[in-house]
Amino acid sequence: MSNKILPLVLGAAMGAAATAAGATTLEDVKAKGHIQCGVSQGLPGFSNPDAQGNWTGLDVDVCRAMAAAVFGDASAVKYTPLSAKERFTALQSGEVDVLSRNTTWTMSRDTQLGLNFAGVNYYDGQGFMVRKDLGVTSALELSGASVCTNTGTTTELNVADYFRANNMPYEIVAFEKADEVVAAYDAGRCDVYTTDASGLYAQRLKLTNPGDHTVLAEIISKEPLGPVVRQGDDEWFNIAKWTLNAMINAEELGVTSANVDEMKSSDNPSIKRLLGVEGAFGEAIGIGNDWAYNIIKNVGNYEEAFNANVGPDTPLGISRGVNALWSNGGFLYAPPVR
Amino acid sequence: MSVMEQDSAGAPARASLLNDPKARGVFYQLVLIVALVTFGYVIVSNTITNLERQNIASGWGFLENTAGFGIIQALASYSETSSYGQALVVGFLNTLLVAIVGIFFATVIGFVVGIARLSDNWVISRLAYCYVELIRNVPLLLQIFFWYFAVLRAVPGKREKWSFFFDSFHLNIAGLRGPKPIWEPGSAWIAYAFIIAVVASFFIARWAHKRQDATGQQFPVFLTAIGLIIGLPVITYLLSGMPMHLEHPVFVETGPRIRQGFELNVGFNLIPEFLALTVALSIYTASFIAEIVRAGIQAVSHGQTEASHALGLRQSPTLRLVIIPQAMRVIIPPLTSQYLNLTKNSSLAVAIAFPDLVSVGGTVLNQTGQAIEIIGIWMAVYLSLSLITSAFMNWYNQRMALVER
Repeated sequence: MSNKILPLVLGAAMGAAATAAGATTLEDVKAKGHIQCGVSQGLPGFSNPDAQGNWTGLDVDVCRAMAAAVFGDASAVKYTPLSAKERFTALQSGEVDVLSRNTTWTMSRDTQLGLNFAGVNYYDGQGFMVRKDLGVTSALELSGASVCTNTGTTTELNVADYFRANNMPYEIVAFEKADEVVAAYDAGRCDVYTTDASGLYAQRLKLTNPGDHTVLAEIISKEPLGPVVRQGDDEWFNIAKWTLNAMINAEELGVTSANVDEMKSSDNPSIKRLLGVEGAFGEAIGIGNDWAYNIIKNVGNYEEAFNANVGPDTPLGISRGVNALWSNGGFLYAPPVR
Repeated sequence: MSVMEQDSAGAPARASLLNDPKARGVFYQLVLIVALVTFGYVIVSNTITNLERQNIASGWGFLENTAGFGIIQALASYSETSSYGQALVVGFLNTLLVAIVGIFFATVIGFVVGIARLSDNWVISRLAYCYVELIRNVPLLLQIFFWYFAVLRAVPGKREKWSFFFDSFHLNIAGLRGPKPIWEPGSAWIAYAFIIAVVASFFIARWAHKRQDATGQQFPVFLTAIGLIIGLPVITYLLSGMPMHLEHPVFVETGPRIRQGFELNVGFNLIPEFLALTVALSIYTASFIAEIVRAGIQAVSHGQTEASHALGLRQSPTLRLVIIPQAMRVIIPPLTSQYLNLTKNSSLAVAIAFPDLVSVGGTVLNQTGQAIEIIGIWMAVYLSLSLITSAFMNWYNQRMALVER
């Protein structure tokens, strides 16, 4: 895989020099007419291509929403599938404009890599999946197990911490690509597959007999997943941050893609400000005042995105849980538009 | 024009500096050097500026930070609390192990197949031909996946095993397990005995060679050496009170199902990732080596074989003493490239979770974000490995080269 990363770094040396010449990410994006979005190599529900190569998912919707905010057209996005290992270098080097790839917000990533996390679009935690016939009911019974996971992730560190803290010997088998982890786990190389719980539900669908496997109840880490942009370009950072906030605020205010047109004539000042009827909040971040209207009209609010991609009616069947609005007992809380 | 003047006049004619080939040559070289230096400077200064602009930390300090991740196979002492630097060393040793084991088996298989390809036996030569054509035309990554995923599904699962060699070796999806020697105090004598045996064998070989030159009498050097190298340590082992025992792998068949199977870290284990990678690399590279060996042997004129037969040498000594030494001169230079290829191809390990330098380095890169430093380490290590290999092979080539008399 070194031959994949090397050009990226050389690109970092040269490509970033080009952007250093003055153009901001927003100007670049406007000039090329689309947003280059870094996504996973295929994680159902979050970023996954269908047979026609159309990407869908909760993470994909963040990129689509940003495109809607900038261009008024949610389809003005091109996707770059990235492995866990390649993702930060691709963003640093300017190969992608935004990284929306189930990426955990950690301090070192936020402070040492030259990146900024624009918020959290899914509160996750690391879990374990095992075969039902092992009869395991708790992660504390996993002493001596071999564990399959992805290399270059926080998962690898969490699992090391967990087994060490509980004084359990283990064997780690870390693959570059998620598909190979699934294949190796399916072949029985490992007893345990560990990654973010949402990922476990998604990858379980790829196994030969998904019904033979169960996700253990233990969640061993905090994994706030969110979109990432380059540090040092506050304008673009604002757009990413407020795109996400607009989707969450829209859900809280009851604005959906179906009723957004009638909501424009709502009397609620919060809705008026969100949809650009009052104030000039879009101009302040360098895009049109109808930015949030475009997001909701083209992509929908957070609830719509969640239900369409990972919600109870999808194959993943994930309930809102901690990802519900703060007013419904979850963690989602967006600062107000005012 | 100036050339023609030189020719006709017999002495160099003074031409203008513009037309002087020497001055032109110097000028173009200067231009090239300036261009290269400028290019290098622009790259380096751009990189430094951009790293600073994007607030990306750089430097080598990260090597001392705690790694925090586990590695499945470590030849040096390593735990989650070790540093990134130690993790990289472990990765490097794994790369080295795969390269050495792979080169050994690739050479053995390559020579056997290469010679079989020239066999008079139709079946053997066709089989060797099919091997070469099949293996060298399938991409290596595909072969690695084949050995890892196809073969992995064919062996028993973690809770079963295949046993062989008097129940001392076991194979299942978690790897090939066998007894591990545990050394006790006093076992150093066994190592000394081994070294003495090797040195003695070397001198016996030299003495036998001289004796054969002088008297024509042969001495069974090979058998003597084998006897010494195996026998001396065994005798020492028995005399010193057997300061070593074997730790056999423990297979648990009762208790909760998750605990069944081989216990971790008991006995000796070759992980399936290592097996798949080594097998794939050896078999793939061997197909190229086979062709090199065949070409080398065919480069030796057939008259040599006939002359050797006329002297009364049988087929086997003819091959060993007459053909192969001459063929080696043709074989070694391309063989070196294959060794280098194998070493570099070992970086495909990352696809099947074998923790080699690239795999571990990639993890370190991702945890620390030190892309330039890590890629620098990768390039330096593979470059040094390649240079060392080719230096050794060049030395060997010079020794084997035809000595003009």
